[in-house]
Amino acid sequence: MLLRHTNSDIKERKALTVNPAKTCQPIGAMYVALGIHGCLPHSHGSQGCCAYHRSTLTRHFKEPVMAATSSFTEGASVFGGQSNLMQSIDNIFAIYEPEIIAVHSTCLSETIGDDLGQIVAKAREDGKVPPGRHVIQASTPSYTGSHVTGYANMLEGVVKYFAESANEKIRQVNLLSGWVEPSDIREFKRLLKLMKVSPVILPDTSDVLDAPMTGKYDMYPKGGTTIPDMVSMGDSMVSLGLGEWGTKKAAVALDNKCKVKFEITDIPIGLKATDRFIQALSKAGLVSIPESITDERGRLLDVITDMHQYLYGKRVAVWGDPDNIIPLIEFLVDIDMKPVYIVSGTPGKRFDKRMSEILSERVPEAKFKNGANADMFLMHQWIKEEAVDLLIGNTYGKYIARDENIPFVRMGFPIVDRIGHSYFPTVGYLGGIRILEKILGAMMDKIDSTCPEESFELVM
Amino acid sequence: MEKKKESGKGLSGPIALREEILKKYPRKVAKKRARSVIVNDPEAVPEILANVRTVPGIITQRGCTYAGCKGVVLGPTRDIVNITHGPIGCGFYSWLTRRNQTKPAEGEENFMTYSFSTDMQEENIVFGGETRLKNAIREAYENFKPAAISIFSTCPVGLIGDDIHAIAREMKKELGINIFGFSCEGYRGVSQSAGHHIANNGIFTHVVGTDDKERLGKFQVNLLGEYNIGGDAFEIERLFEEVGLTLISTFSGNSTVKSFAASHTADLNMVMCYRSINYIAEMMEEKYGIPWVKVNFIGADATAKSLRKIAEYFGDKKLSAKVEEVIAREFGKVEKVIAELKPKLEGKLAMMFVGGSRAHHYQELFKEIGVNTVSAGYEFAHRDDYEGRDVLPSIKIDADTRNIENLNVTKDEKRYRSDLAKKKEGLEKAGYQFKNYGGMMADMPKNSLVIDDINHWETEKLIEYYKPDVFCAGIKEKYVVQKYGIPLKQLHSYDYGGPYAAFEGAINFFREMERMLNTRIWKLVDAPWKNEPEIVGSITIEN
Repeated sequence: MLLRHTNSDIKERKALTVNPAKTCQPIGAMYVALGIHGCLPHSHGSQGCCAYHRSTLTRHFKEPVMAATSSFTEGASVFGGQSNLMQSIDNIFAIYEPEIIAVHSTCLSETIGDDLGQIVAKAREDGKVPPGRHVIQASTPSYTGSHVTGYANMLEGVVKYFAESANEKIRQVNLLSGWVEPSDIREFKRLLKLMKVSPVILPDTSDVLDAPMTGKYDMYPKGGTTIPDMVSMGDSMVSLGLGEWGTKKAAVALDNKCKVKFEITDIPIGLKATDRFIQALSKAGLVSIPESITDERGRLLDVITDMHQYLYGKRVAVWGDPDNIIPLIEFLVDIDMKPVYIVSGTPGKRFDKRMSEILSERVPEAKFKNGANADMFLMHQWIKEEAVDLLIGNTYGKYIARDENIPFVRMGFPIVDRIGHSYFPTVGYLGGIRILEKILGAMMDKIDSTCPEESFELVM
Repeated sequence: MEKKKESGKGLSGPIALREEILKKYPRKVAKKRARSVIVNDPEAVPEILANVRTVPGIITQRGCTYAGCKGVVLGPTRDIVNITHGPIGCGFYSWLTRRNQTKPAEGEENFMTYSFSTDMQEENIVFGGETRLKNAIREAYENFKPAAISIFSTCPVGLIGDDIHAIAREMKKELGINIFGFSCEGYRGVSQSAGHHIANNGIFTHVVGTDDKERLGKFQVNLLGEYNIGGDAFEIERLFEEVGLTLISTFSGNSTVKSFAASHTADLNMVMCYRSINYIAEMMEEKYGIPWVKVNFIGADATAKSLRKIAEYFGDKKLSAKVEEVIAREFGKVEKVIAELKPKLEGKLAMMFVGGSRAHHYQELFKEIGVNTVSAGYEFAHRDDYEGRDVLPSIKIDADTRNIENLNVTKDEKRYRSDLAKKKEGLEKAGYQFKNYGGMMADMPKNSLVIDDINHWETEKLIEYYKPDVFCAGIKEKYVVQKYGIPLKQLHSYDYGGPYAAFEGAINFFREMERMLNTRIWKLVDAPWKNEPEIVGSITIEN
């Protein structure tokens, strides 16, 4: 057994997290910065933070992930990191020549009280930022929230710095894309084109974290939201934020700074969340919904009804980030599965409310928890109490899947042992079909490999 | 794709390449890097600047002290609950990401698949995290009942002043199990290396020598600095068992705290990764009189040499005969594979930038199959790893090094092995070398480029200049290098392959190189229409 010490004897824990269902803020900030064109993320802290974040993102995308670090040593930790950051800005512009440096803090620089805004302002005053180049910053202390909070904080930092209003509205919609894959961004673009809505998507990791093999290495790949696009966000008709945890702060900041009204909707995972997304787009862009999209919806429904018998009543355990798993849980309930165990390490009171709304009527037995000590160890203990038919979550679930012999669908972050997530979307109606394909594939493979020979089925 | 072998980029040689690299840097950075980018001369090994701070803003390969302590040295030990005291990230990122294989017996403890963290919150940063840590230790004990618990400090812990060592002592008393802490905050040193040293100190102080086990065999040894990536230690264990060596403990691949506790009962310490573990070897010699020798099990020749060296130490005819028998048998297998693959690989160029010993060890393996290393360097080494232990007295101790405690170790009068000390004296007179490490540079060709703590800019320039056939580094470099159309072999994780140690490992590695260097996939990168004239279509779809 891989997790041989896990048993069903659940003891309340207050201080110890075991097998976390979250990680820390700075990696989310780094992820946002990678979705900006010509931008080099910079980690203001010890070297290890930067190395860990780059490694994790690289393993997930199997793509280059570049970022610099302030390389704190004891001296910087005692006397403050200003000189390290000033040197960094100098060296980065001289050696790596990005258009933008996106600085985020760490628990180290936050604990000693470094004020990034003040240091960056001083760098500008001292002429360390060449003309036409930019340094933006976000405070991302690792001891509050989670990687999702870091995503939200950097996204807010980006729009606060770049978005400008020339008081002349442009017929475009800001799409704050939430923590999704490059493949999902491509799917958003396709859907927006079908809807004839012109967007600015921020961040846009397509053509950055799914760059083609060309025999040439580009430190700043062709993808990513551009500076003119980010500036223009201040004059967009409306902002659409996908996921409250990841995008609300930035949407509010845009409204405060440039009076761009916003709507927050879920990341369009599954049927109803995609319905809401399409309707929100229709409203935001003042466009009608084309028949081709209604047809896509119909195809998703068609697959659900075709395969309903394999889904009905099946018990599922899910872990991940609120913005991603809330619509996923809703989808599972819609297709008559029973998401019975749900954990997310990311705190936020709204989680309970949303879960209750989705689950109380159809899956009253569901257990869910987020925030402190909502970890994969607890979820595994619940599974030990009463088993499930399916696991959905990031790669770390494979240890539970093997020990308990449970079919496992990888969704979320990080996925470091399979490919596909960065190329095939899980958003939109077609993404819904892909989720179904994966769920059914995993569960039916188990049926095929374990059922008695006499009941082995050719057609399913 | 650029054509292969159009290398050189118009530069006359490595000296010109070095100038080209340094030219880009701001003046102060150039001055510093000039001392770490060295054109080699094996006859008169030049001085290299190593184990110094990375310049802020530089895209470095390096990680932090915590990674070296918790991730590298203590990570591979299975019967201990390692609690990371800090915000969640550090514990999350070091969770199962280093491929240290381990093989517990059924029913035996294995906590390596778990990540334990105090997940410090803002109020703990403001008001202190000591109570939370104590409760976390209690909860770990209550849920897992381990025989040992250790605590690893992350950056904020040192700054807010939580006294993890006092807590460890208090909880040890309360729970009656071995509990100890490591002050391995990320900023403590200039790289992972500081963490290795801190880990060595902690294990030596709190574990080594706590179990005076009866002798288990005639020839008792410890293997130090072998972390069982991809099953390397399993290969070596198999060899030892066959020739009749009793392996008391490995630091720390496939290891247990229980085995560390009895490691002072060995007759010889064999040091594999010199950088990360030489401290314990030195301390064990001082306290218990156990001599140490440098060994290397990467490469068939190196493995044979190391086995012979061990046999010579024990001076036992039967052991020597068994060693020769195994070498002869295994060599036969390796030679067959070399004969098959060498014609396909001979003359290819490799470069490797990794670790504190692998960038040296793997050059031997490449040499056996005819691949030349044109440039190499370490990520977190010190001068002695490059220039050999002879330079030790001349290494300047800077403030960063002074930060890491050097334990004051004294002779354990009761358990000191005078017999071994005497044996050592006799062997030394006969020319046998102990504590021998000559470093990487003496083994590298003249005019090869040796670079300490290589960064992204230098990597790009090296690739453009040398157009190597294979580049060895880690996960952060992998896809950068491959975008150039050059295969990268990870020498930290082995790209989820291996084992590459000892004889079977060498065969695996040669086959892997055949796969990587002979694939034609890179030739398919350019689309067939790349060099065709663009056709302006007349039957286009109107939007």
